[in-house]
Amino acid sequence: MADAVRIALVFPAVLGTYGDSGNAVVLTQRLRWRGIEAETIPVEIDQPLPDQADLYVLGGGEDSAQALAVSRLSDGALRRAADRGAPVLAVCAGFQILGETWLDRHGSVSPGLGLIDCRTDRLAGSRAVGELLVDADASGLGILTGYENHGGRTVLGPAAQPLGRVSAGIGNGDHDVDGAVQGSVVATYLHGPALARNPVLADHLLTQVVGELAPIDDSAATELRAERLRAVRSAGRGLRRRQWRPPASDG
Amino acid sequence: MTSARYALGRAAGSTAAALSRLTRQGDGTTVGGRITLAIDPHALAHAAGGRDLVLVSGTNGKTTTRTFLVAALETLGPVVSNAGGANLPTGLTAALAGDRRSPRGVLEVDEPFVPRVIDAVRPRAVTLLNLSRDQLDRYAEVQRLAGIWRDALGRPGAPAAVANCDDPLVTWAALAAPTTIWVAAGQRWHDDTSVCPACGGVLARSGTDWWSECGLRRPAPAWRTEGTTIVDAAGQRHEVALGVPGVVNVGNAALAAAAASLWEVPAGEALAAMTRITTVEGRYLCTTYAGSPVRLLLAKNPAGWTEALTMVPADREQVVIAVNARAADGRDPSWLWDVPFEQLAGRRAVATGERSRDVAVRLRYAGVDHSRVDDPGEALAVAARRGAVEVLANYTAFQTYRQVVRHG
Repeated sequence: MADAVRIALVFPAVLGTYGDSGNAVVLTQRLRWRGIEAETIPVEIDQPLPDQADLYVLGGGEDSAQALAVSRLSDGALRRAADRGAPVLAVCAGFQILGETWLDRHGSVSPGLGLIDCRTDRLAGSRAVGELLVDADASGLGILTGYENHGGRTVLGPAAQPLGRVSAGIGNGDHDVDGAVQGSVVATYLHGPALARNPVLADHLLTQVVGELAPIDDSAATELRAERLRAVRSAGRGLRRRQWRPPASDG
Repeated sequence: MTSARYALGRAAGSTAAALSRLTRQGDGTTVGGRITLAIDPHALAHAAGGRDLVLVSGTNGKTTTRTFLVAALETLGPVVSNAGGANLPTGLTAALAGDRRSPRGVLEVDEPFVPRVIDAVRPRAVTLLNLSRDQLDRYAEVQRLAGIWRDALGRPGAPAAVANCDDPLVTWAALAAPTTIWVAAGQRWHDDTSVCPACGGVLARSGTDWWSECGLRRPAPAWRTEGTTIVDAAGQRHEVALGVPGVVNVGNAALAAAAASLWEVPAGEALAAMTRITTVEGRYLCTTYAGSPVRLLLAKNPAGWTEALTMVPADREQVVIAVNARAADGRDPSWLWDVPFEQLAGRRAVATGERSRDVAVRLRYAGVDHSRVDDPGEALAVAARRGAVEVLANYTAFQTYRQVVRHG
């Protein structure tokens, strides 16, 4: 590939509250370590989204930031990118606003960008806060590890597939799954950041852009993953997994 | 009845605190305060006893600014204060109950407890430093904290505010106060203030100025800093040579001096008292370990780490990064990715603490030469054998290092 791979980091100041901007660092570095030129393009909230980036990354943010992000993204640039097959990684609040609807800070249902067939309302009870383990073996990604911190419950429609099954924590809070995969869009509630904790997921996204990737040294991440899996299993967070039922008023 | 209840609670609390110290469970302030409050729910108000108090709150710099302000007010006489980081109502109750003599007091308060403490102790003023993301597993949202402050300052009988007008969240909260002294204390971290807290629109910035389309705008400061110079409300310039490092602490000194001006402490005298402080509960402590100079820096969240990285001297080649993720630290160390560790490239780092593996992954992606050592003492020894060391640690890891250097 002659040109540098361009990774658009979407609104890091408002969709980067939980360290998710690190996902762009991970993607960029993993290409550079393999001798492939790459650059992160931070897109600020008052700038238009570039049409020609190779990959788009959205992270978590506060409620008020979500509304602002939706209004700025409604120009269709992200949809056009997804339609042409550019991978999009969306985490937490970024995940919610790519759906059909989400709840704003006043609790009213707001239209999302419609890139994912899902609807987000509120988890019954308290926020989902803690380590999250997702079994994504079916997608060839193995066990995904991270940390979740959200109050949303996301119900997938038929066009969206889950990223994996929750083996500890809450995830989407519906049907024991986390995240969504639809076309080139991958979404999850995993922070950590997700790609730092799960290099396999990072390379899965990069492969779609540059093809087959040479192996690199991931021993530091492997050690971190092993530690987190041990911690979650010894804390028994999986046993406290809650079963979510839709509220009576919810169609 | 009420005062009898308070007297009993105070006696029981101080007994428990003494037992806690004797059995080396802790310094006793929290357990003592908890018992006093359990017996008399209004103990904080009773312990304050109508004294002339000022509160200090904010995400970063509470302890340093409190220490500055104590030094300034001590020019007038004895001051009661909550040393030791016990900044919840329990710790405040214990501190006030333990000193019934001092007529004035300076209390640092954990951010969400500011309204409750204002209600209980009726301070003359609150000093509001900054608000940014911190312990998101506990507090969830930064803007919500600003809203809590704003509500408290808008109630009848609210205290005066001394507020950092370079922080839009602090400004929005302090605008509700009956009177405010605006201090341009600086703010390097802007990543939690892209969205206007008042209207949800985009917050625009140009130089030090900031504004929103709804009309919220940076107020004109009465006090400001220019490098290491503090310009007071009368326009007088004070060149300050603080004993603690960092541009951020010049801003904290300006806020403390502005607060002390409410007690009519002359700015020059207040600042002179502050310059004598060289360490604040272990922060900025300079010592030696394994024959090498060592300095300890505490940083708890992305804004604090970003400031701390600027304090590392250019010629200091060895750095220890110590990170835990206990309840007091925040359980999720994802914030490591908000910190520009890339700035450490060219130095040698040792990652340690209970989350050293998260640090090691972060440093690898930041391109920083590093090793990982589980034991904090051994990690410092490894670095110190190579030369002078800067230790950067988050909250509970920092407490460990205070012990390590004491016994090293």
